[in-house]
Amino acid sequence: MPYKAKIKVTLRQSILDVQGKAVEHALKNLGYGSVASARIGKYIEVSIDETERGEAERICCEICEKLLSNPVMENYSFELEPEPVN
Amino acid sequence: MADVRVGIVVFPGSNCDHDTEYAVASFSGAVPVMLWHNEHDLQECDVIILPGGFSYGDYLRAGSIARFSPIMQEVIAFARKGYPVLGICNGFQVLLESGLLEGALSKNRDKKFICSDTIIKAVNCSTIFTSGYSQGEVLSIPIAHGEGNYFAPPELLESLQEHNQIVFTYADRDGNESAEANPNGSIGNIAGLVNREGNVLGLMPHPERASEKLLGSEDGRRLFESLFQHVAG
Repeated sequence: MPYKAKIKVTLRQSILDVQGKAVEHALKNLGYGSVASARIGKYIEVSIDETERGEAERICCEICEKLLSNPVMENYSFELEPEPVN
Repeated sequence: MADVRVGIVVFPGSNCDHDTEYAVASFSGAVPVMLWHNEHDLQECDVIILPGGFSYGDYLRAGSIARFSPIMQEVIAFARKGYPVLGICNGFQVLLESGLLEGALSKNRDKKFICSDTIIKAVNCSTIFTSGYSQGEVLSIPIAHGEGNYFAPPELLESLQEHNQIVFTYADRDGNESAEANPNGSIGNIAGLVNREGNVLGLMPHPERASEKLLGSEDGRRLFESLFQHVAG
């Protein structure tokens, strides 16, 4: 059964997130005084055609490190779900 | 001097490739050679330039997809052999993504795309790219980018300083590397750096846009001149 990887890529805390800052200010301007901060990241869905969960996980780690995130300034996390075949 | 063959890589989305070609062609003895991203042949070039633009639409991260194009595998091997590679703006982003230079570029501090004349200071004139400048010389060279905010973790920054890899910094007209003179939030006001071996330079400012008087500045000219003279021997 193929797997669907739901990948989140986020900027490290030490990196200034200018988009997040702009959204945070907008929310405060809308009157949401309790909004303390906002950070923006990326959400990527990848379908991986592997039957073994371990292999799908290995591929997912590899593509996150190679292409989907830049380890100098980003972190990644993912969830793997079996994808129903139509 | 023998002809210097200058390869200019064209990615889908490159937009300073022809400006660079024009600037290169203005030097007698320099021959621009356009190299399409999908090719593997560097056509016996002596120097490779990765020009500015928005390769692959800046999708995912600036330079991240260009780094895996067929021609880049050859450019990486070429650089690892010690041949000169120059990355301008998006080309700098590609060099960082490819690991030929260290660190990363993120979105500008003030959330804006900045296109303006900028003052930079040549802080290392012992490289093959900067031998024509004098140490500490202040230059007017434009920038045009949305993601030029250079970041290096503390240990990398220390190592860049220790190995004299920082080549250009943002400064004011008096050469002060002040916070006000820093257009994009780059750490240490860094505008350009070389690898440890000194054969790969990446910079955000556009020397090709400051290569003749009519363009408002010819301060970028000596960068090409230094490089071509070095290669021609």
